[in-house]
This record gives sequence, structure tokens and C-alpha cells, in this order.
Amino acid sequence: MRNSIENLGHKGLDFFQRLGRGNILFAHILIGIPGLFLRPSLIIQQVFSVGVLSFVIILVSGLFVGMVLGLQGYNTLVKFGAEESLGVVVALSLVRELGPVVTALLFAGRAGSALTAEIGLMKATEQLSAMEMMAVDPIRRVLAPRFLAGFISMPFLAAIFSAVGVNGGYFVGVGLLGVDEGAYWSQMQANVDYEGDIINGVIKSFAFGVVVTWIAVFEGHDAIPTSEGVSRATTRTVVHSALAILALDFILTALMFGES
Amino acid sequence: MMTTRTTELLVGIFIVIGSASLFMLAMQVSNLSTYSGDEGFEVEARFTDASGLKVRSPVVMAGVTLGRVTNISFDEQTFKAVVKMKIENQYSKLPIKTSANIYTAGLLGEKYVGLLPGSVDDQCEDEKLAAELEGRAPDTQGLECGPQYLAQGTTIEFTQGSLVLEKLIAQFVSQMGSSDSKKDEPEEHP
Repeated sequence: MRNSIENLGHKGLDFFQRLGRGNILFAHILIGIPGLFLRPSLIIQQVFSVGVLSFVIILVSGLFVGMVLGLQGYNTLVKFGAEESLGVVVALSLVRELGPVVTALLFAGRAGSALTAEIGLMKATEQLSAMEMMAVDPIRRVLAPRFLAGFISMPFLAAIFSAVGVNGGYFVGVGLLGVDEGAYWSQMQANVDYEGDIINGVIKSFAFGVVVTWIAVFEGHDAIPTSEGVSRATTRTVVHSALAILALDFILTALMFGES
Repeated sequence: MMTTRTTELLVGIFIVIGSASLFMLAMQVSNLSTYSGDEGFEVEARFTDASGLKVRSPVVMAGVTLGRVTNISFDEQTFKAVVKMKIENQYSKLPIKTSANIYTAGLLGEKYVGLLPGSVDDQCEDEKLAAELEGRAPDTQGLECGPQYLAQGTTIEFTQGSLVLEKLIAQFVSQMGSSDSKKDEPEEHP
């Protein structure tokens, strides 16, 4: 009995310690970001490995998600004789929810895990300590550019996902199932609001970009410097990112679309 | 390891594609391309019933959207809904006696404000005609000459509010009831 309560307390303390370390790291990274603009090559290198390398998976998943939305939406809407609204269904679900959320989930799996593994291995092989020995701050030199790259790449990836998905829905709906082309686009334009939907979707993807890269960078930096520790940290990145994205998505949706 | 130039090139392409997607979402998917901005003049109309009307509902004449509803409020003196709408500046020659009705697009569609053109109401012309008939000199003192158009701050006087389905049904049923009551005990008929 006493042991289990002690165990609980230990876990609770551990959790709050990690939370605190995460926040301190976040503050350090934010402090390190302004100095990065003196060396943009660092950011470009990281945007390449975080953003460009995630491009293909985002492109393909966006296309297929859009096509599936087109098919499923058509099958449901045609029962009510409202297949003209297919464009609205596809565009709104992509721009508001699926674009930012699925992109963030894929991003956590593709780029977040890679970030954690890379930084964790740097720590395990004592590269970070070596940098400190040379009076180079590893947080500014290694962590901050990766964080900034994730923050920059996420909205672009989400926008690509949504745009490709809308065209995938168009391909299936108009090309294969025979929805009227004009109705697809005009209904979409009439019902998708620029500020209310597009901008809010972009804000969501910025928030997810911050959360995913923050978790990835922190888990890597906080990993136990063994091969097992790095593998655990990588798993935790994906799991925690996914949970954080979905919870944050609910909060953001309630804030953005709650009152209307 | 890829050279720095190739990396930079690919990152550049990535950002261009990302921006293009954002641009495509803004122009092709959303209503930004049809959004005319804040240019316009505001007119007001009082409806007995503005149910179903929303801010940003279209204001339509002859099937063409001329503006949007900007505000809906309630007047405690007259118990009417005060609907403010912004009409684009290019449509500055709508006659002053234009009437406003709240219509429904389709059977279950959105509510919108439909405008019907009326007379331009030139008070000088009216006075001249009246004077000619009565055989006196026209007195245009204090009258507004020239055709009158809807402009910033004017009020549309002739309005008809939304038709609520329940009201129509209630009206219909009460009429049925009053015609049936002459026959006595209408409930006993199957």
C-alpha cells in the first residue's frame, strides 16, 4: 500500500520535473532563435531535412485523403440529392481539420521521430558535451534551428496537404463521379470563409508545428544517453505528439469555431 | 551528402510550392476572390421579422449580390429588427423607394435580403405636376430636387420580413378550422 503510494508520488514528481525541464528548454530555444538569423544556412539545412523530406509523404497522403473524402462525401450526399455540395464538404473538412491534424500526425512520425533520434544520438555519443567543451551552446547551435525549421515547415506542409486534397476530391468527384465542375468550385467558394476557415487552419498548423517540434527536440535532449534510451525517447515523441495534437486540436476548434 | 546549393534550391522550391498552395487555398477555395472589402455605403431597414437572417448574408437585387448584411439589432421602441447592410459603392443609383424583403434561397436554403426597385421620388417633379393641375405656380422651397437615391445612412421604408413556416401553417390551420367549424364537429370525420 505504502509502496504504491510512494510510486505514484514518484511518478507525479517525475512528470512535473519533465514538464519544468521542457519549459526551461523551450525558453532557451526561444532565446536562441534571434541569433539564428545571422546564420540562415543553419535554418535552410534544417528546413530541408524537416520540411522538404516530408514533402512526398504529405503530397501522397493529401491526395488520397482528398480522394477518399470525395468518394465518401459523394456517396452520402447523393442520397439527399445534394452532391453539388461535395466541394464544400471536401474543402471544409480539409481546411479546418484534416489538413492541419493529419499533416501534424504525419509530421510527428516522419520528422519528429527523426529529430529525436538525431539529437538523442548526438547526446549518447557525447557530441553535445563536446560542443559545450568548445564553448558552443548546443541549444542554440543544434536545437534552435531544428525548432524554427519545424515552425516554418508545418504551415506550408498543411497548406500543400489541403490544396492537394481539394484537387484529389475534385478528381474523384468531378472526374469519376460526374459532379458538376462549376458547382464544385462555386459552392466551395461561397461557403469557405477566408478569415474564418483558411486563416484559422493556418493558425492551427502553426500551433501544431510548435508543439510537435518542441516535444521532439525536448525528448531528444532529455533522452537517457543509451541506445535503449534513444529508442524510448523516439517512441515517446510520436505518442506524446499525437496525443498533444489531438487534445490541442479540440481546444483550438472549440475556441475558433465554438461560438458560431 | 548533398551540396549546399542543391539543398538551398530544394528548400526554395518547397517554400514556393507551399506559398502557392496557400495562395490557391485563399483564391480558389475561399470567398476571398469575391470579397469586395469595406468599400460601400450603409443603409438601414426595419423588419417585423428577421429570423434566419445572419450577418454577412447577401443583399440581392435581380439575382445579383450588391452587398452584405453588416449588423442586426433590435429596436425596443418599435419592436422591430434593425438590419444594417453595406452596399457596394458602384451601385449608387438605387431608387430611394426601393423595398426590401427577406427571402429564402431554395426550399431550405439561406435567408437573404432581396431588394425590389421603386420610384426615384423626385419631390420637385411631384410639386410641379401638382401645381400644374391646380393651376398655381410651383413652390419648390424646402423640397429636395433631383432624383433621390439610396445613400449612406438612408432607411429603406418598405419592408417585408421573413416568412416563418410555423406562422404560415398556423394561419393555414386556423383558416381551415374556421371554414370547417360551420359544418359542426369536424373531428368526427375520418
